[in-house]
Amino acid sequence: MTVTTTPQTAWLRIPSMSVLGPIIALLVLLGIGAMLNSNFLSAANITNVLARSAFIGIIAVGMTFVITAGGLDLSVGSMAAFIAGLMILVMNAALPSMGIGIPIILLGMLTAIVAGLLAGLLNGFLITTLGIEAFIVTLGSMGIYRSLVTWLADGGTLSLDFGLRTFYRPVYFDGILGISWPIIVFALVVIVGEIIMSRSVYGRHCAATGSNEHVAHYSNVNVKRTRLISYAALGILVGIATIMYVPRLGSASASTGVLWELEAIAAVIIGGTVLKGGFGRVWGTVIGVLILSLIGNILNLTDFVSPYLNGAIQGVIIILAVILQRERKAVS
Amino acid sequence: MKYTQTLIAAALATAVSGAAFAQDDVKVIGVSIPAATHGWAGGMNFHAKETVERLEEVYPGLDFVLATASDPGKQVNDIEDMVATRNIAALVVLPFESDPLTPPVQAVAESGAWVTVVDRGLSVEGIEDLYVAGDNSGFGKVSGEYMVSAMPDGGDIVVFRGIPTTIDNERVDAFTAAIEGSGINVLDMEHGNWNRDDSFTVMQDFLSKYPNIDAVWASDDDMAIGVLAAIEAAGRDDVQFVLGGAGMKEMIKRTADGDTMIPANVTYPPSMIATAIELTAVGLTSNAPVSGTFVIGSVLVTQENAMDFYYPDSPF
Repeated sequence: MTVTTTPQTAWLRIPSMSVLGPIIALLVLLGIGAMLNSNFLSAANITNVLARSAFIGIIAVGMTFVITAGGLDLSVGSMAAFIAGLMILVMNAALPSMGIGIPIILLGMLTAIVAGLLAGLLNGFLITTLGIEAFIVTLGSMGIYRSLVTWLADGGTLSLDFGLRTFYRPVYFDGILGISWPIIVFALVVIVGEIIMSRSVYGRHCAATGSNEHVAHYSNVNVKRTRLISYAALGILVGIATIMYVPRLGSASASTGVLWELEAIAAVIIGGTVLKGGFGRVWGTVIGVLILSLIGNILNLTDFVSPYLNGAIQGVIIILAVILQRERKAVS
Repeated sequence: MKYTQTLIAAALATAVSGAAFAQDDVKVIGVSIPAATHGWAGGMNFHAKETVERLEEVYPGLDFVLATASDPGKQVNDIEDMVATRNIAALVVLPFESDPLTPPVQAVAESGAWVTVVDRGLSVEGIEDLYVAGDNSGFGKVSGEYMVSAMPDGGDIVVFRGIPTTIDNERVDAFTAAIEGSGINVLDMEHGNWNRDDSFTVMQDFLSKYPNIDAVWASDDDMAIGVLAAIEAAGRDDVQFVLGGAGMKEMIKRTADGDTMIPANVTYPPSMIATAIELTAVGLTSNAPVSGTFVIGSVLVTQENAMDFYYPDSPF
């Protein structure tokens, strides 16, 4: 089955099921949550859910570009853990000479972003220049980063200096007008991502590359550069997510970021981006991320379903989302 | 023809005497443990390495091979490699999971090697020569008894469980039995998977769900750290204390320093691997009988005795 869809035209005519599906699912979840627990719609709970979605969300926006361009990155969870560990080590090491203050926080942030960029470029280089399958490259780097963080932490946990953590804490817990920083950063990343995806030349190049590499190449799209940039951007976004993550618990260990890659990929697919590439939707990814974290939140707020089944319910939602997408293709 | 046979016989004789020589000279003890993927396992890895290094100096007649596995399949491979290439005289194993590890460990035992099983038992009884374990029921019981003594008038608590396993079930069952009839009411139980992030998230949700929580049984120090961060972020002052467990050095330090939120801890020492390796070495080198079961009790740590359980060099 060769699928060459032109979803944009379908979307202009009537909102198709793939557009409405995730939105309806989100609204249904919100309804169920509000019914089951009166605190569900409280400001504190909504803030918590949004803030904890921010890590996966920021990464998933980058993942949307990588998948749209026909790639995949399985290393983001391990990469986040490694960058968090590195950032903590650098900040702890600089503490005696720099003292607690804004400069050392900026140093930590710079470390995270540079490390993320390098890690993303390395993945992208191996995939585009050496022509190794993205699945294989990132499966390899997933193992490498996970081992590196275990090694850096000597099998235990890397902890940020306590005073430094207290100083850095507001980056996760404070914000402007009661909206915490992770939510603000997440929103900015989404807005920029959506503009690039739907309005820029680069966004069209991603879709063209993912849709048909050869046709894109003959249409004067630099396929390799498009892919390389998508991996590098994802690396930077992993760095940004880590900047938000470290002040939360002030620690990194081998269990940090486990399965984030699959959550990010799941969010992208639930949101309507095509796993084989060629079509991506950043705002859909946001809905996907919110659906995944709301399921966890609602299950914690009720005793309705055994917690053993959390994963099963998330799995059902992921499969349903893909079924909805396939129906749309059959119709249009 | 005759010549070839002689040659084979000679080769065989050399091989057999070589193997026998190797056995007489240096005995190899294989140690197979799960990799350092969370705090407790990290501590266990630390103690295993330290013990192996120390014992190699103490016993010149012993050689050690240490392998860490990230999943049960890898652990089976490790054990097979030890038997095939290192001709181990004894195996100290902390099984990743009981069922998949039972047949390979049984094969090691049948080959005549000494087998020491640590912490998690095998599915078939009578395979191991020595069993060294923490007391999971005791861990739950001591935790429950502490909760009762700390809350004589009763109160509402939430409970954090580990990764769904028999270990976790034993602990929670014993805890539930210990608080029965005490006036302590368990509002909710949820799996924090012995993980800081998961526990942070679950505690945030508990704080949304319940307007008043008197105390938390976090049942593990990694989970306790996530719980504490969530309470602090929510700015709630109804939670009087959090009881963790397993004796992470930072938490032991806080108990020693008189932190009222962390008034106590319950041990489940990752250093039990050291006990197991040491006893196995004694069994191989001396006439002291070491077969049987060695259960390491779970002890209540309070401000008075906390410094006895403080290991600043360990990663856990």
